[in-house]
Amino acid sequence: MTELELPPIDYAAIAPILIMLVAAVVGVLVEAFVPRRLRHPVQLPLAVLAVLAALTMVVVNADKRVITIGVIAVDGPTLFLQGSILALSAVALLLLGERVVERGGAFVAQAAVTADSPEDRQQAENAGGAGEVYPLTTFAIAGMLIFVSANDLLTMFIALEVFSLPLYLLCALARRRRLLSQEAAMKYFLLGAYASAFFLFGLALIYGFTAGLGDRQAGVDFATVNAAVANSTASPVLLFAGMALVAIGLLFKAAAAPFHVWTPDVYQGAPTPLTGFMAACTKVAAFGALLRVFHVAFEGARWDFTPVLGAVAVLTMLVGALFAVTQTDIKRLLAYSSIANAGYLLVGVLAPGSEGLSGTMFYLVAYGFTVLAAFAVVTLVRDADGEATHLSRWAGLGRRSPVYASVFTFVLLAFAGIPMTSGFTSKFAVFGPALDGGQVWLVIAGVLTSMVLAFPYLRVVVLMWLSEPGDSTPTVAVPGALTSAALVIGVLATLVLGVAPAPLLDLASSAADFVR
Amino acid sequence: MTYAQAAPAETVSYATADGLLSSVWLLVAIPLVSATILLLLGRRADRWGHWLGVAAVGAAFLLGLSYFLGLRGLENRSVQLSLWDFIAVGGLHVDFGLLFDPLAGVFVLLITGVGFLIHLYAVEYMAHDERRRLFFAYFNLFIAAMLLLVLGNNYVMLYFGWEGVGLASYLLISFWYTKPAAATAGKKAFLMNRVGDAGLAIAIFIMFATLGTTQYDEVFNGIGALAGGTVLVLGLLLLLGAAGKSGQFPLQAWLPDAMEGPTPVSALIHAATMVTAGVYLIARSNIIFSANATLQLVVVSVGALTLLIGAIIGCAKDDIKRVLAWSTVSQIGYMFLGVGLGGAAYALAIVHLLAHGFFKANMFLGAGSVMHGMKDQVDIRRFGGLSKYMKITWITFGAGWLAIIGMFPFSGYFSKEPIIAAAFEREGWTAWLFGGAAVLGAALTAFYMTRLFVLTFHGPKRWTEDIEHPHESPPLMTIPLVLLGIGSLGAGWLLATSVPDWLTTTAGLGTAEAHHDAVLPHWAIVVLSLGVTVLGAVLGWFLFRNGTATSPQPAGVLVTAARKNLYTDAVNEAVFEKPGIFLTRALVYLDNRGIDGLINGLAAGVGGGSGRLRRLQTGFVRSYATSILTGALLVVAAFLAVQAGWLA
Repeated sequence: MTELELPPIDYAAIAPILIMLVAAVVGVLVEAFVPRRLRHPVQLPLAVLAVLAALTMVVVNADKRVITIGVIAVDGPTLFLQGSILALSAVALLLLGERVVERGGAFVAQAAVTADSPEDRQQAENAGGAGEVYPLTTFAIAGMLIFVSANDLLTMFIALEVFSLPLYLLCALARRRRLLSQEAAMKYFLLGAYASAFFLFGLALIYGFTAGLGDRQAGVDFATVNAAVANSTASPVLLFAGMALVAIGLLFKAAAAPFHVWTPDVYQGAPTPLTGFMAACTKVAAFGALLRVFHVAFEGARWDFTPVLGAVAVLTMLVGALFAVTQTDIKRLLAYSSIANAGYLLVGVLAPGSEGLSGTMFYLVAYGFTVLAAFAVVTLVRDADGEATHLSRWAGLGRRSPVYASVFTFVLLAFAGIPMTSGFTSKFAVFGPALDGGQVWLVIAGVLTSMVLAFPYLRVVVLMWLSEPGDSTPTVAVPGALTSAALVIGVLATLVLGVAPAPLLDLASSAADFVR
Repeated sequence: MTYAQAAPAETVSYATADGLLSSVWLLVAIPLVSATILLLLGRRADRWGHWLGVAAVGAAFLLGLSYFLGLRGLENRSVQLSLWDFIAVGGLHVDFGLLFDPLAGVFVLLITGVGFLIHLYAVEYMAHDERRRLFFAYFNLFIAAMLLLVLGNNYVMLYFGWEGVGLASYLLISFWYTKPAAATAGKKAFLMNRVGDAGLAIAIFIMFATLGTTQYDEVFNGIGALAGGTVLVLGLLLLLGAAGKSGQFPLQAWLPDAMEGPTPVSALIHAATMVTAGVYLIARSNIIFSANATLQLVVVSVGALTLLIGAIIGCAKDDIKRVLAWSTVSQIGYMFLGVGLGGAAYALAIVHLLAHGFFKANMFLGAGSVMHGMKDQVDIRRFGGLSKYMKITWITFGAGWLAIIGMFPFSGYFSKEPIIAAAFEREGWTAWLFGGAAVLGAALTAFYMTRLFVLTFHGPKRWTEDIEHPHESPPLMTIPLVLLGIGSLGAGWLLATSVPDWLTTTAGLGTAEAHHDAVLPHWAIVVLSLGVTVLGAVLGWFLFRNGTATSPQPAGVLVTAARKNLYTDAVNEAVFEKPGIFLTRALVYLDNRGIDGLINGLAAGVGGGSGRLRRLQTGFVRSYATSILTGALLVVAAFLAVQAGWLA
């Protein structure tokens, strides 16, 4: 029996991940042992502090460029993306923890009660919220941190599952309209599992392909895959089929067409704070992984995957823009907007060189803050039955609540890419490198779909400001301190990144170098 | 033409302001701040707002006076003050800078001095208007913009003030915007000014393109190096701008319509601000205009033509304010004639401008006083015999009347006669042409102004039935009248003897060229101009001393033409308005049917497509899974196709 030699572990490098995992386990213990009424006051600070501590470790690690345990790469993009996920999570946690707008918060205590039964209605009105939300979210964050730093496909797959499973659960926990919420969770879970299977199958094919390397051992770490793309003697069918299937698994999470189908239903059904969390953080994680896979592992096949993924990008932009035009529900509208944005991000992923990489990373941060602000407003526009998400209910909101209507208008203008908002600078950051890289067709598609997308955004603006408020126009709830803070951060980030994007762009471009 | 291409005798340079003069920006800032306060405070300032407006202009006047006196001790009496970088883009650098020299100084005194009296008058005149505070806010804005215009040290600053004046005049002319005539007049003024503004803007572009700068000193120093054609185009564009603001041919039509504003606005536009801007522009740019003889000829022609047009139309009008308005057009024509003659005549034009500022403000405010007493009646055919009822207005208006017709020893004599004399100093037949036009204009002016004066204050009463006891205006209105009347009486001699001397240190104005001898001896010109003036006045007096018919009478060709503004409006309508409207309609048609149709069709297509595509989103997991599977098959197939070399 040969003695197993443990690989050396750089604990500092993986500290952010460890902190989040420990916080999640502690959260589970809190849920088990702390009295019910103290759970929320303990859980929320615990989660936020853990995120801040992890963020601090990311900053401390700023200059690290290592691959530790052979599977975790800590380099510029990893640290930038981890930092982004943690910063966005901190804001999202504020929304998740809000308990003033809705008594007991947006999550229901006992999800197992039959939806829409009298007991369920009873608890929707009175019961406190679920404390499990925090450890679940913390696990998801930890999974995302691993996902963007994974340096082999197997680790990546595990991370994918680690952050997906809590999200499936969380989707089902909406306090109001829980039937819709459970349906969304079910769809998300089934389709997520389906997509994971594609990823896993692709992984197997890639493993087979690396076996053709001869002198080197087969494996699915990115250095090996990279070498195999250049030198493998195995059939390239293995590589291309595998690459396609891995891409599909990731594009599913990124909500790219035609793998986006789950997005509108899940975004609509999930509790709104969670939708914000998914739109911001899952997007960062999915694109972080896409960047690493295509910039490191399959770099040698750039000329082969660019046209196919470019077609996916165009299709995604088209689907997002065209479907958004006729949406009548604000959350579905934002879902299609998120799909279109996935298309723009893909343009950045396909732009060659480090400018495309840094532009994409900048876009992820900018979009994340804006979308969190958008969903924060959505949580506030409500009536006795919870959030009023149908667009007709937003008519004349500008008269009733000019402040929140102004904020939402600003956010929508940012989505539309109006200058002085981060929406403009971030689109510029991805389209510029794509243009330099010669991918004019992607940029043209991007600009045209942006134009189409401006219509649904402006339609909401017109609806809010130029329509008379009707009897059914809900009033805007007074937000608690947490939602206010999230809203202010989101809007400020949108403004600052639109007016003075240079510091973050510099940071992104100094981080835009993968360790191989 | 034997005028040499007069290159500037020496390079133009301005000293940097220090001491008292370094605060010259206050001149613009004070009325601007006052206007801002009045606009922002809204109704809260209603009770005292007008006094703030008056005080702001008064303070600016006192400051201006002290700066003016402060200039005397300086070597070349010109200082400039660079406040900050206004525009710095690529090669274009524009200072936010001010220039205070004798030319700017006299304008500042005119604008703030006469402006102050008009403000004071307006306190009473507008007392019954509930938007009086707003009126004073616009008034202050007008003064601030005009001061910026004359104080800038480059053409962009001038343009800044220029547009500000345009805005303020628009707001003020259409101040009673509920009156359709006022709203239309405001628009007309704005649009006709835009034509001129476009000329000025293009001129500034040309300066930047050819000289790389818009600073006065650099432009003036560089102008000698430019090709003659460029200078000509540059000058013509500047002239277009000047003609727009000053109501000169062919852009004169807006000025009489601007009477629709409250009377103090007319006084301010005609006497202290706005119309003097064009004269200022040409006087300031005298080095450019002197550099090209053709350019000077064009300016002289515009001046001569306009002074005759204004005088002829003035004879046929029955509205007291419109007669005064056309007299302004005519008098500004004299000023253009003066600046076009070049050399020493620049200073004469400025003298006439200052003198005109006094007597025109005087007469406009007098007309306002008459209207005040006569229930806002403006038809001089329905006045008559008012001298008994409005003694102060009568006497002060009389001083203005004698001044404008150029009667010795009133101010107009000292300012107009030298311009007529200078016109006779041109070469050959042009001396007779322009000198003759100036003399004819003087005769006509004497005639129609006498007609106006006699019909208003003398002769039988022809009042409408509703007027029983016309009354003199309150002191707040008569005090400015008296002060301006004294100015009309005495300012001429004072100005004529001191201003030309004072202006010699202004860039370009000191380099008097060698005079040609006049075609007539000087005494003959004096006799001639005084003679025709007396003749015109006596004719006017005897024709109208017994009043006139109270309704329009049939008239000959010339009078009919004059009543219709010599058909200039008709020409404008036929040449610009009709084709313009046709073009607009055609473009609107193209826009509605062509461009909008395309866009709307596209939008409808997108919307319809979106509606149909939406049905793909069924909500069933099975169809989602099918969609993902189909997508996956396509992506895998595409990758394999790429690998096999079928794609890309």
